[in-house]
Amino acid sequence: MKKIVGLIFTAEMNFFNQFGKYVLFIMGMFSKPEKLGVYIDRTITEMNNIGIGSLAIVVIIAVFQGAVTTLQIAYQLISPLISKPVIGSIVSDSSMLELAPTITCLVLAGKVGSHIASEIGTMRVSEQIDALEVMGINSSGYLALPKIIAGLIMIPCLVIISIFLSNAGGILAGEASGILTSEEYLQGARASFLPYNLFFALIKAFTYAFIITTVSSFHGYTTRGGALEVGASSTKAVVYSAVAILFSDYLLAQLLL
Amino acid sequence: MIELKDIHKSFGDVEILKGINAKFETGKVNLVIGSSGHGKSIMMKCMVGLETPTSGSVIYDNRDFTHLEYRQLREVRKEIGMLFQGTALFDSLTVEQNVEFTLKMFTNMTPAERKDRVDFCLEQVDMPGINQKFPSEISGGMKKRVGIARAIALDIKYLFCDEPNSGLDPVTSRLIDELLKSITEEFKITTIINTHDMKTVFDIGDDVIFIYEGNNEWSGKVKDIKTSGNEILTRFIEASQFH
Ligand SMILES: Nc1ncnc2c1ncn2[C@@H]1O[C@H](COP(=O)(O)OP(=O)(O)OP(=O)(O)O)[C@@H](O)[C@H]1O
Ligand SMILES: [Mg+2]
Repeated sequence: MKKIVGLIFTAEMNFFNQFGKYVLFIMGMFSKPEKLGVYIDRTITEMNNIGIGSLAIVVIIAVFQGAVTTLQIAYQLISPLISKPVIGSIVSDSSMLELAPTITCLVLAGKVGSHIASEIGTMRVSEQIDALEVMGINSSGYLALPKIIAGLIMIPCLVIISIFLSNAGGILAGEASGILTSEEYLQGARASFLPYNLFFALIKAFTYAFIITTVSSFHGYTTRGGALEVGASSTKAVVYSAVAILFSDYLLAQLLL
Repeated sequence: MIELKDIHKSFGDVEILKGINAKFETGKVNLVIGSSGHGKSIMMKCMVGLETPTSGSVIYDNRDFTHLEYRQLREVRKEIGMLFQGTALFDSLTVEQNVEFTLKMFTNMTPAERKDRVDFCLEQVDMPGINQKFPSEISGGMKKRVGIARAIALDIKYLFCDEPNSGLDPVTSRLIDELLKSITEEFKITTIINTHDMKTVFDIGDDVIFIYEGNNEWSGKVKDIKTSGNEILTRFIEASQFH
């Protein structure tokens, strides 16, 4: 029993220790940039990597997710008492509130997160970060800040695209299977649309973007060792980001809905 | 000139550096020798600020590096160039972008001026014409030379090299040695080189410090090294083939 309490206690201390380091890492990024232009260039490059680089996967996920949700809702609500536009309103609402932001960002945690962590981790173990420090450059600011800003700009854009396309997927599936027409779908979607829901989706997207980019940068930056540890950091980045996303998902729903 | 005053460094309970005092003169090739694991790399990291000494100070021409504010620290760092053991070239950037890096970050040079400077530095290390290659496309020896070019891109005053010729063939090693010697003399910089290679010591060394178990066991001129009368140093030199 004592042993178990001890283990839990150390795990907890470890967590707070790591969390403290994470906060310090984020605060350490902010110093006067050496050359603003260089940072803007890097941010644009990262926007391309994160945004354009993830577009294909986001498109595929969004369309299928909308289509599948439509079929599934239709299957579950099969009854002459329920009017067909209800399906459209349920699909569009659940896409906006939960599926588009959360599923998209969980996938991005895997794709963008592992990429960020392994890129920065490799730079750490091959002493490239030390080289930056010796030059007098704030390495965390130089490496992580452009990624974080790029993520905060591009991930919400991807989420908006995803919301749009999951509705398109829903309409397509409805038409293709003959369950409901696009007019019926849109009628339902319009009837239940609340601007607040879109705002909520964007709040989620920003939160997740911050989580993915900062958690992954942190794990990459604190890598010690060699190639093996870079792999481990990249896995950790994905797992921790995903858990943090789900946790904050619940918290945001509790606070804002 | 760089001065070390009573540098101690511990990791946890283990004391790696046990009070090192040393002076590194301007315009000279200063060598740090010693067996593997006795603290040469840690000492260099303490000097360039990658590790913080547990106590003691590192003084760059009357500036106490270990106790400077961030802003002043950055000024000193612009005067430091370092060649890492694994070269640490930025592998997402081309050779040209690597050498250009500090110029872009810290100077207001125009692109044309930067290009000239990059070409000049690559010529210094005898590597012209590889501007557009990536580090993954050039050999280990070429990487070391590009690493030196990157280190000297700004007008530096201090050059640190951690084992510049480890993993290189004897011919390339000698070339790198000669290069470091000529750069040191031509630009009047303070060069500090960590090495195991006694040939380097006798070829290009001016002053030597011998690190043993975290202490500065012996220091002096290269010409006195064989007649030091220090038992441990004598054994170290005898273990290499040059005696
Ligand atoms: N981060 C660290 N934590 C704990 N101990 C360390 C750390 N870094 C180095 N050491 C220890 O410090 C000692 C000195 O290491 P250092 O790298 O300075 O040796 P060295 O003289 O440069 O050896 P080599 O010639 O092989 O490069 C070693 O025993 C090493 O195990
Ligand atoms: Mg070493």
